[in-house]
Amino acid sequence: MLIYLLRRIASAVSVIVVTLVASFGLFFVAPTDPAGVICGQRCTPERYADISASLNLDEPVVQQVGEYLKGLVAGRTYHSGGLTIDCDAPCLGYSYTLGQPVTKLIGQALPVTVSIVLGGAVVYLAVGILAGVVAARRRGTYLDRIMVGTSLGINAVPYFVLALLVALYATFLPHAGYHPLLENPLTWAVGLLAAWLTLGVANAAAYTRYARASMIETLGEDYIRTARAKGISERRVVYRHGLRAAVTPIATIFGLDLAFQLTGAIFTEAMFGLPGLGVLTLRAFNQYDLPVLMAGVLIGSVVLVAMNLLVDILYTILDPRVRLG
Amino acid sequence: MTEPQLLETPDREPGGTSEPGVRKPQTVARTRRRGGDDRSAETPYLQVRDLTVTFPTADGPVRAVQGLSYTLSLGRTLAVVGESGSGKSVSSMAIMGLHDPSSTRITGSISVGGQEIVGMSPAQLRRHRGGTAAMIFQDPPSSLHPYFTVGDQIVEAYRAHHKVSKRVARDRAVDLLGRVGIPNPRRRLDDHPHQFSGGMRQRAMIAMALVNDPKLLIADEPTTALDVTVQAQILDLIMDLQQDFGSAVLFITHDLGVVAEIADDVLVMYGGRAVEHGRVEAILGRPQHPYTWGLLESIPAVSGEPTRLHPIPGLPPSLLALPTGCSFHPRCEFAGRLDGACTRELPDLISRAADTTRTSRCHLPDPEQVFQTEILPRLP
Repeated sequence: MLIYLLRRIASAVSVIVVTLVASFGLFFVAPTDPAGVICGQRCTPERYADISASLNLDEPVVQQVGEYLKGLVAGRTYHSGGLTIDCDAPCLGYSYTLGQPVTKLIGQALPVTVSIVLGGAVVYLAVGILAGVVAARRRGTYLDRIMVGTSLGINAVPYFVLALLVALYATFLPHAGYHPLLENPLTWAVGLLAAWLTLGVANAAAYTRYARASMIETLGEDYIRTARAKGISERRVVYRHGLRAAVTPIATIFGLDLAFQLTGAIFTEAMFGLPGLGVLTLRAFNQYDLPVLMAGVLIGSVVLVAMNLLVDILYTILDPRVRLG
Repeated sequence: MTEPQLLETPDREPGGTSEPGVRKPQTVARTRRRGGDDRSAETPYLQVRDLTVTFPTADGPVRAVQGLSYTLSLGRTLAVVGESGSGKSVSSMAIMGLHDPSSTRITGSISVGGQEIVGMSPAQLRRHRGGTAAMIFQDPPSSLHPYFTVGDQIVEAYRAHHKVSKRVARDRAVDLLGRVGIPNPRRRLDDHPHQFSGGMRQRAMIAMALVNDPKLLIADEPTTALDVTVQAQILDLIMDLQQDFGSAVLFITHDLGVVAEIADDVLVMYGGRAVEHGRVEAILGRPQHPYTWGLLESIPAVSGEPTRLHPIPGLPPSLLALPTGCSFHPRCEFAGRLDGACTRELPDLISRAADTTRTSRCHLPDPEQVFQTEILPRLP
């Protein structure tokens, strides 16, 4: 198990490094002029050279990659216009357009996104799985058809339209905004409620169908019949014996969904004015803020790889037959 | 389709009208036999009377079991024999009360220890399942829950019927696992089913079924998924435990070798109906129904010259549209001798004059004669 974990972590790190180098290549070697964009309209040659130097754009690409990696581990120092900016490890670079270290920007945006996504996940897992189980138990009835139909209907609406509808018409919901959890858990929850519900409803629709399918399959298994033959209550049969087994495939989908959402719940953040990773990356993209973009890619790859590993480990907990190694 | 129409479908009508009259001689015969028996006085623990199980489907009702009647006393073993779709599993699931009432129609009567199962409330059924009657399923790898330990599953079965602490239930599980021959039971309790061998899983399954001391044990092909040596061990185990627990055993199988080894009585089913019923020596030694003959003929010979297998020609009938008359007639080589009676009329389940302890459902006037002269020489 330990050896397996170390091997997986080693391979995870190598995947992240490759992603990093590849994105480096794409951004820095591309026929664009990052320094020029940052320098802006009233650019002087001196300022341009200064920015180029501070971004290490005057160095060979390989050396730039090296500097970046070194910054991640040991931190680095930027010199810009006579100023010296210390960027402590893990240094993700310095955003000139925002005048802040990227690590700090990410540090502010990440909790927002994590709060939205995890809160939303609680909503859609609870609602989706419960609805799926109900639909599976009443398979073929009108209730089942209504539930599946509603679920398909919700998913047929593009997510941003759904988010927009909630933002515009669900005015009874408290005003959205981000307040750090540690300051006041209540205002944190109230400010995120609208985002949670939107993310929750859209995904609950999909999870209803996943859970329904998985549950129908499980309820047809021989061991469910065995459980019934024991004389335990039907609720115990369905939830302890059925759901316990049906939840494994759902966990796989959930792991990947979560990774995808964490890398940027862009629509949710944008619609409700929540300053998360998605909004940060989108702004960086528009303003060609390379260090921030790089950080976005890096975090995305880390989250994806980590979630994959996490799902695999989760399997060994969920299914005793699975042994890693 | 409405109910009255169902009853008037051609294949059903002859049986429907004549069957109640037929069943009487059968019960008379059985009582008489029991009268001469040493376990005379007791009423049979399990009494199935005119049991019909129907599954309504979009294509029409599937009549999985029709007019089935038999009895089973404590300490005895009844083997129910038949191919897939003969109704043997469906009827035993009905005895367990395992059919989903929303998609199954059950009529007739099933009495277990004096309690009527048909129409029982869900709460009562729950006490019945695993309490008075327990079931051993085939294929233990898929019949045991892969995510829970063997101990957990046995403990759960015990606590479903006994208000005891987990500790007490665990001790009981250890006791049972030991009795079904699992070495080191206390340690194996916390194993998951996949850590058990096939034979051990079936032993665990048996332990789980017996944990509440059920007086009726239904074994649904408990040895099919096991290899031959393990099969023999499991059969021995079931027979030993039956002695210890004094329970009635309903043994569902399609293996006549197994039947010969363990059964007191045999019920042969075809197309949802009983076609032959009686003591094991009679049914296997002097069978009266061409379907039973076919089953005997299709047993491969393990010694002597290698010969071709003799399968029963054709396929099992569709339960949506059973053949008219005798359901077996399309596959029966003797159907042509009887001037069309087999295609017109469902034969009654009757006992022939000579022997009142057994019944069979065939138009042949003297089927035992046919068996002796035509079938027996063909058997290996």
